[in-house]
Amino acid sequence: MRRGRHPAWEFVIEWAIRMAGFLAIVFVLLIFAFLLRDSLPIFRLRSLGQLVVGRIWSPTAEPPQFGFLPLLLGSFYVTLGALVIAVPLGLACAIFIAEVAPARIREILKPTVELLSAVPSVVFGFIGLLLIGPWLATRLHLPIGQFAALGSLLLAFMAIPTIVSVSEDALRAVPRVLRDNSLALGATQWQTICRVTVPAARSGIIAGVLLGFGRAIGETMTVLMVTGNAAVIPRGLLGFLRPVRTMTATIAAEMGETAYHTPHYFALFAIGLLLFLITFLVTVAADLVMRRSAWARR
Amino acid sequence: MIGRRVLSPKVSQAAAFALLWTSGAIVMLPVIAVVAVMVLLGARGLTWRFLTAASGGLLPAIAGTACLVVLTTLIAAPAGVAAAIYLSEYSRPGRAIRLIRLAIVNLAAIPSVVHGLFGLALFVMLLGFGRSLLAGACTLALLVLPLMITASEEALRQVPQRLRDGSLALGGSRWQTVRRIVLPNALPGIITGLILSVGRAAGETAPILFTAAAYSSTHPYPRSVFDQVLALPYQLYVMATEIPNVPAEAKWATALALVMVVLGFNAVAIVMRARLRAARRW
Amino acid sequence: MNAVQGEASQLIVRPQGSIKFETQRLNMFYGAFQALTDVSVAIPERHITALIGPSGCGKSSFLRCLDRMNDVIQGVRIEGKVLLEEDDIYAAGTDVVQLRKRVGMVFQTPNPFPMSIYDNVAYGPRLHGAPDRTGLDQIVESSLRQAALWDEVKDKLRQSALDLSGGQQQRLCIARVLAVEPEVVLMDEPCTALDPTATFRIEELMLELRQRYTIVIVTHNMYQASRVSQYTGFFLLGELIEFGLTARIFESPQDRRTDDYVRGRFG
Repeated sequence: MRRGRHPAWEFVIEWAIRMAGFLAIVFVLLIFAFLLRDSLPIFRLRSLGQLVVGRIWSPTAEPPQFGFLPLLLGSFYVTLGALVIAVPLGLACAIFIAEVAPARIREILKPTVELLSAVPSVVFGFIGLLLIGPWLATRLHLPIGQFAALGSLLLAFMAIPTIVSVSEDALRAVPRVLRDNSLALGATQWQTICRVTVPAARSGIIAGVLLGFGRAIGETMTVLMVTGNAAVIPRGLLGFLRPVRTMTATIAAEMGETAYHTPHYFALFAIGLLLFLITFLVTVAADLVMRRSAWARR
Repeated sequence: MIGRRVLSPKVSQAAAFALLWTSGAIVMLPVIAVVAVMVLLGARGLTWRFLTAASGGLLPAIAGTACLVVLTTLIAAPAGVAAAIYLSEYSRPGRAIRLIRLAIVNLAAIPSVVHGLFGLALFVMLLGFGRSLLAGACTLALLVLPLMITASEEALRQVPQRLRDGSLALGGSRWQTVRRIVLPNALPGIITGLILSVGRAAGETAPILFTAAAYSSTHPYPRSVFDQVLALPYQLYVMATEIPNVPAEAKWATALALVMVVLGFNAVAIVMRARLRAARRW
Repeated sequence: MNAVQGEASQLIVRPQGSIKFETQRLNMFYGAFQALTDVSVAIPERHITALIGPSGCGKSSFLRCLDRMNDVIQGVRIEGKVLLEEDDIYAAGTDVVQLRKRVGMVFQTPNPFPMSIYDNVAYGPRLHGAPDRTGLDQIVESSLRQAALWDEVKDKLRQSALDLSGGQQQRLCIARVLAVEPEVVLMDEPCTALDPTATFRIEELMLELRQRYTIVIVTHNMYQASRVSQYTGFFLLGELIEFGLTARIFESPQDRRTDDYVRGRFG
């Protein structure tokens, strides 16, 4: 049997498909490369220490100050505050959907959570800025309706769908036989959930929390609109009730008016690079966590 | 050691379940609240005149969003479907595939404002598109690419292997099998992914902040791909934060319009997906 | 009835007449697991050859070697030769697409495509460059007639194939294979998913078809094998234990294990 004659274009199409497969890798590398390219110059002007732990962010001052610390802390305050709300709520909701909820409730709840993740961040920011912020400010006697905790609250609702969906998958993946064994030994359903199912799904849940963290720290418009945009270092718990600035909000607010290839421009790109690295680490960590569990189950 | 436990297992289960039910209710609240608030405060301002007015109305923003979304889909859909075909039909398990999947998750996790930075550096500056519809669409395409790939791959994998086997056993090549059997049967799922991508792209602000968006322009619609565009989410942002004299009615009407568009597309996709699952004949 | 090492050749009889397929020391591996060990057998042309054996004995794996459908599975490795009339189908440069046109396969579960009956049968010819509309109509009709399905579907060719009964679907799959005009038809437990009436009709069909095609059928139903086939091969744990005329295999097998199986003592 001799080699058949396939049309040459079939070869071309399959080649194009193979190229397309690698697009994601290509673009991740490209993004990294461009971020690096347009942030390297700032490292020549300032040392890494001056940037990362510099305490003042004031690019328009004379001389310009490019300390990231207020922005880093602002992001972490808002994000960790969001996780404090989102992790218990999201995990509880995931357990509810996977283990307790009757089918009809599940059919309503799951799409609702999906819709929740689809609400544009600018809409959350809008409601926070115009409604929730002022209302909370009068209740809590704050001078202004924009502060870190408001950002945390809104970000929590954006991180919850991620945590719910990944955790629910992990809970569902726990083999039935484990649950059945626990129940057969006389445990209640709740005891089974606490002692058997959730520990078995531990890695998936951790991965979900990591990805939720990544989602929260990368949010831009909501925090831009509701956290007040004051680049000050937040202090203690009271810092939650004061305005802060996140890394993302800084880029969004300042890039528009920054001239091309000025130190300010490079500094903003450096913040972008930092954000990229953070989410990259989060993604890799989540992947490692999931991989280790799959290995352990073998 | 009698009474070591404070509560019996049954009681603690009842308490725990009550908390779980509460958590479910709490998580349902925001979506309902958002829609309710929008409708209550925005419905009055969402008149036909407001929607179609070229100046002082939403028409330019709607037209701009429509153009952005269409162009984004035209760019992202073929690339995303092709990548999904590769993952589902042509790839073999191994290191390369794991790297690709990691890259996809990574791409999806990158903050939208960082996508904006990349768009600025590559499309606006290096490739010289300038702040334009084209640059914005390219940036958004990269943003929705992971979504497109994931949804399409899932749709392709739903096609049962025995249909592929049937085609291969008749002497079909792999591409013929994909083109004639796998793709047509995966098409509804792929379209669902497309609709989700459209909904996502319509609601994003940060990627177009420095690549495409304008607040006002001389024309109600972009005349070429190199024009700047208005967009609903950016319109809302500027109305809320930068312009002091916009009547509240207009702001809430804009917000309502955005929510209707984005949630509308997502709801359609969700319903489609549920219907497909029920209607599957194999 | 004892199997003696030196008399192994008596256990595997070479059919007289022309040979369609011949395997020489065929070994097949799924990763580290060896599914087939040193299988050497000759399949006669225009006869029905049945392959029997207990579950997991390798008969389906062997069948799938004949049209290289095992290529579809990850991690499969083949050693040895499989000759289709003198050509080793595993040689480098073999056109697998052409091979599968010459060697068709019917699967255990009927798997009609989600399209019309007409389009199902026309699928194969269209793949390889269909003739014009009249030519296609003729091929479809001829294939459906050969599969004894024409009279039942001739008025509803445009309806979905998924509306047919299980037995009809399986005959449709047979018609689909016949439409590409193969030389060999492989059948992997074709009647397992069907009721007795449908099974009977397909067995009748096989007897008609064997005048034109070489048929190799894998079955776990020994009654079926003895009713339908002229030659039978018995597989056990990846080895071909015995091969010969069906009558002899069932009435006076040489190997003790064959005897045990056909008498129902295990499997």
